[in-house]
Amino acid sequence: MSILWYAFPVLVSVSLVYGATRHEEIPYIVRFAWHTFTWLFGFMAVLFAIIWFVAWIL
Amino acid sequence: MNGPQANGSHCPDDAAAEQPLVIYLRNPALAAVLAWLIPGAGHFYQRRYAKAALFFICIMSTFYFGFALGHGKIVYASSDRKLLFACQLGAGLPTLPAVVQAYRIRNGREPLWGGFMAPPQVDQSWGEDELSSWHRVLGTNFEVATLYTMVAGLLNIITIFDAYDGPLVPTGEPAKDDRERSDPSESESSPDKGRSSKKKRGKGKRKTP
Repeated sequence: MSILWYAFPVLVSVSLVYGATRHEEIPYIVRFAWHTFTWLFGFMAVLFAIIWFVAWIL
Repeated sequence: MNGPQANGSHCPDDAAAEQPLVIYLRNPALAAVLAWLIPGAGHFYQRRYAKAALFFICIMSTFYFGFALGHGKIVYASSDRKLLFACQLGAGLPTLPAVVQAYRIRNGREPLWGGFMAPPQVDQSWGEDELSSWHRVLGTNFEVATLYTMVAGLLNIITIFDAYDGPLVPTGEPAKDDRERSDPSESESSPDKGRSSKKKRGKGKRKTP
């Protein structure tokens, strides 16, 4: 379970760099990065819930 | 024109969002090479200092966090890690010792620098090959650390494109209308001829005026 914490630094880094390749100014980059972070986190959370549920019922 | 040029304020309001942002890319090819060698260096050369700092901090910290997590063992070039190392190679200069080590070993010479970034030795007198001992010591951190360094390399590849051609137009932006490859009138007056890129500010999903 603790290995999941390693996802957070990668998510932050990916979100910021991805946002910076879409915009030029910091406020826009931060805004875009936040949206990217929440989207990625939500996507991973949904996947985690599905996998956890499947593992639980098997 | 000297350096990057940006119109309007730096506040993300709607008024500023309608103004185009002109980015002076100087020599894009040189910037791309610099961006590959050291993350952020290409943007620093283009005087896009904020993005240079952001790229340098994010990519280098990701790379070296993974590198430290893997005890410095997870960046090496060998025949069974071609795809992994190709991703890591995107991080540029920090991975070049692995290229040197792989070249030396392929030519039958001893690795340099005490085996730093050298591929693992296959045969050892005590029976366990070096790669197995790394896996035994590092456990799952071997994979996590490899992933970190690969992500850092892949992130740097998209920053190379950013250094070469400016930021991508966000989803929904009319690319052809908003992008301008060069401004001849400004380039002629420039002491170092380069290229500018005109981008629209603001949110991604804005309708074409």
